[in-house]
Amino acid sequence: MSFTINLTVNGVNYNDVIDTRVLLVDYLREKLELTGTHVGCDTSSCGSCTIHLDGKAMKSCTMFAVQADGADITTIEGMCQNGELHPLQEGFKEEHGLQCGFCTPGMIMTAADLLKNNSKPSEEEIRCGLDGNFCRCTGYQNIVKAVQYAADKS
Amino acid sequence: MIPGTFDYHSPDTLDEAIKLLNDLGEDAKVLAGGHSLLPMMKWRLAEPTHLVDISRLSDLDYIKEENGYLCLGAMVTESALENSELIAAKYPILKDTSEVIADPLVRNLASVGGNIAHGDPANDHPATMLALNAIVVVCGPNGSKREINIDDFFLGPLWTALQDNEILTEIKIPIPKQYSGGCYIKLERKVGDYAIAACAATLDFENGQCISAGIGLTNVGPTPVRASDSQNMLVGTDVSDEIIEKASVLASETSQPVGDHRGSEEYKRGVVKTLTERAIMKAKNRALGGN
Repeated sequence: MSFTINLTVNGVNYNDVIDTRVLLVDYLREKLELTGTHVGCDTSSCGSCTIHLDGKAMKSCTMFAVQADGADITTIEGMCQNGELHPLQEGFKEEHGLQCGFCTPGMIMTAADLLKNNSKPSEEEIRCGLDGNFCRCTGYQNIVKAVQYAADKS
Repeated sequence: MIPGTFDYHSPDTLDEAIKLLNDLGEDAKVLAGGHSLLPMMKWRLAEPTHLVDISRLSDLDYIKEENGYLCLGAMVTESALENSELIAAKYPILKDTSEVIADPLVRNLASVGGNIAHGDPANDHPATMLALNAIVVVCGPNGSKREINIDDFFLGPLWTALQDNEILTEIKIPIPKQYSGGCYIKLERKVGDYAIAACAATLDFENGQCISAGIGLTNVGPTPVRASDSQNMLVGTDVSDEIIEKASVLASETSQPVGDHRGSEEYKRGVVKTLTERAIMKAKNRALGGN
């Protein structure tokens, strides 16, 4: 079935006719060509598909694009403002918070939501806040440091 | 993974949503947070041909106390429950439950109503709602509304007392008495997993004696399990360590676990016993002042 959606992604309005079965992550990646959001497990576990929808971090592989009709979405591409890295992006760079980088956009999107609700999280709060994001490379240590870097900077 | 084809409907009012379900019949499915339904659809374990999205029904999202009950709108997210000051202060068992459901991202979308309406004995809220003697409020066609006791709600795996043309709209929990306490403890293999087993325990005391108890068990039966024998053992006593030990053994015997990748039947019974013991103890501490 076809359905028309109107939504805003990284401040830009889009109006598209899509099939109801299209996952939000696939709409973002394939229709809008915003490939910073990744498909890892496709089973709502790994978090590499994490975006912000109406201000909340969520797993875009677990939503149909049609559900996002009327929504305001931010992807990793929207985190850098006016050519300046977001403090979290800077933190991942400075603290070596990534190796292959596959989980990184999702980590940053989740961490951004975490810091919005808790600007000075403890280490445990950071680790628990990132429960829905998996990393196979780093062992998480520098990811935590990257989030702490961003928290200290804000 | 791509699900089967379906038509998508996004009604603006509850009446419109119920009318859609009534007209579309059994192949229509309610879509709330979608974090149980979409994974099933992507695996093609569920192939509804119509989805009725109720996530835009904002008047189903509230946490309030009214007429002797805590009333939770069905669309309250697990995050909202987890972060509610009222819930943390007066209903910590609900915070215990919501904070072990999946992960923070899932909890941003997952609804309390969905966790119950989905009817999965592996979901966490059903056992807690048993322990709290909750009432499920259900709306149907022509403005009909009925209240279902939680003990009558879960009929089998993924099967509840909800008819195809009904929507769960609210959960009511009796406001606890002065010396009441509850606790939910879950053992999982890793963060975000379903329970190996979990126990929800609630206790009400009067003059140092337990006057009522609720014990619900997660993922150890075709439905959430009420450990009635354990409850009866606790009532009328001071819930001493010795009685807690006996009650937890009874809970383990009442449970009906199936051996699978989360553990053997014997192992799961052992887990039930330990978690029940700990949950009762913590519920008692919370009831009599402590944490």
